[in-house]
Amino acid sequence: MRVAELVMGVVMGIFSLYLMWKSAELTIGWIPQEGPGGGAWPFWLAAGMLLCCIAIVIRGAKRMTPASRSKEVFMDKRTVRVFMLNAGALTVMIGLFHIVGAYGAIPAFLIFYLRFMGGHSWRLTGTFAFVTPIATFLFFEIALQKTLPKGFTDPWFEPVFAFFY
Amino acid sequence: METLALLLHGFAITFEPLNLMLIIGGCTMGLFIGAMPGLGSVNGVAILLPMTFLVPPTGAIIFLGAIYYGAMYGGAISSIMLGIPGASTAVATTFDGRPMALQGKADKALVAAATASFIGGSVGVVLFTLFAPPLADIALTFGAPEIFALMLMAFATFVGLGGDDIPKTLFSIFIGLVFGAVGLDIISGEPRLIFGGIPGFFHGINFLVLAIGIYGIAEMLWTIEISKGEVMISQAEISLKRIMDTLRELIGTWRMMMMGSFLGYFVGILPAAGATPGSLMAYGVAKTASKNPETYGKGNINGVVAPESANNAASTGSMLPMLTLGIPGSPTTAILLGGMVIWGLEPGPLVFTDHPDFVWGFIASLYVANAFSLLINVAFIPAFIWVLKMPFTILAPIIFILCIVGGFVPTLDMHDVWLMLIFGVVGYLMRKLDYPMAPAVLAIVLGPLAEPALRQSLLISSGSFSIFFNRPFAAVIMTLAFILLILPVLRIYYEKYKKPAQAG
Repeated sequence: MRVAELVMGVVMGIFSLYLMWKSAELTIGWIPQEGPGGGAWPFWLAAGMLLCCIAIVIRGAKRMTPASRSKEVFMDKRTVRVFMLNAGALTVMIGLFHIVGAYGAIPAFLIFYLRFMGGHSWRLTGTFAFVTPIATFLFFEIALQKTLPKGFTDPWFEPVFAFFY
Repeated sequence: METLALLLHGFAITFEPLNLMLIIGGCTMGLFIGAMPGLGSVNGVAILLPMTFLVPPTGAIIFLGAIYYGAMYGGAISSIMLGIPGASTAVATTFDGRPMALQGKADKALVAAATASFIGGSVGVVLFTLFAPPLADIALTFGAPEIFALMLMAFATFVGLGGDDIPKTLFSIFIGLVFGAVGLDIISGEPRLIFGGIPGFFHGINFLVLAIGIYGIAEMLWTIEISKGEVMISQAEISLKRIMDTLRELIGTWRMMMMGSFLGYFVGILPAAGATPGSLMAYGVAKTASKNPETYGKGNINGVVAPESANNAASTGSMLPMLTLGIPGSPTTAILLGGMVIWGLEPGPLVFTDHPDFVWGFIASLYVANAFSLLINVAFIPAFIWVLKMPFTILAPIIFILCIVGGFVPTLDMHDVWLMLIFGVVGYLMRKLDYPMAPAVLAIVLGPLAEPALRQSLLISSGSFSIFFNRPFAAVIMTLAFILLILPVLRIYYEKYKKPAQAG
């Protein structure tokens, strides 16, 4: 846990430096008649982030925080497996939004999650995989009129929209 | 009298069929969300906010307010039936609610929690109605320095009263403010913090992307991790006779309900404090004031009614600064405030004069939502128990899908969905290391309001920070903010030097 705390502090410290550098692309000082430059606000906030990270690392190194005193591992094998499966499934689903669209990605995600991760029956899995995209379509595309990504399946929806409008 | 007339007008808006349906739907959904372990009002409001684009702003805030109320009621259900708080606000309810359930008095604990929630919510909303208009009148005189001072105080409250690690709390505030600064500079129009020229950053980082990432994806990953063990659901025997018997018994607890309601309301007004410390404080006061403190933790009904009345009153209290000052009192109200911006309303006191239908429709809806939450809660207890038995492997993917689609809808940009996933994963890892996430969400909402207030103030004063101390309201608020900021240092000093000296 202590190593994770130190690593997180260092990584966020580097990110803070990057933010300071990016903020400094705009004026961070005073502009006459205009006030503080556009970069001033994020620059000083990022500087604050950096100071906090330094404090977090020092406190972690001196074992002053509960996380740095904890003997527990940050993530045991089971947690890593569960985390990777969930985060991985989400990443693949979002990736599939670009290719097969929401109405291909959502059933695929549900089948993977319910059947293979949850061990539920094919009947329950099939019901959710069939009903969820339809409910999503009716609510978001028809009621809210917000178009979800459809990837290469876009032309397939033309007759459906023609039916509703 | 004017307030009463406006409130009656608000009731007329609330009882419009669409708004009434939204209240019933919101309360029901909120109750289910609140009852699910790991999910609370903030998750429900964050995930379901994109659904409100279908209705006008008044209907939208009424719906989200009803979810907020419903979830506050629902939190007690899993605390009592599973021994796992539905949300942190219901932690104190577990102390005596769970022992009551294990003694076969689950129905009594559930009815007591629902009734106390109703009393707390009712007291809270009456105080809200009384305090909101005068506070909004005062806030109308505020200029940029006062607005910035108020925002600084909101952040200072997290530092002074949040109770979390100070550097991590400050880091969370700063990173939220920086994310709020991404996009085009509000004054010069120049692109700012456009990482690698990625087009998706030009429209800034929508607060919902961070809110859903943290309260949707990160929260689900966290809940999946911690809910590895089997849970034991208590049985509840519900009948009209048993409900009436419990209600008669509850008459004897009115003092605790009132104490919880008032304490919760005033703690709820403070940004960062909110319902969780309010309910824990109410439990502590109830136990301290009791003639039989040893019965607490073993199934004392006062140990259920005190925190439950407090957390509902606090949820209403946290709406007071949100609506009158434009400063959220809790993460949930931060998201409601962001919703107001999305619906095209400017948060702050001007809402009272520019959009009275919105404000008074919302306030009146809280009365109605409170009553409906009580009725739905008691009537559908068996349904909530059924939901609690539902495997998490069914709920989790549905919530994940709602998060992904909900993150896409506000801007219709897949960039935001990827960003939300990154926030979710990083937020989960940071949460494991005790980084508080609520300040970041509050900061990303307030950042775009705080920066112009600071820049305008400094422009007026030609760069002198004395402007924050020359004006009476700003000076008072700034002083309070600084006291809150140094409070942890004073606490450390006290614990390090004074306590050992006293002990010696």
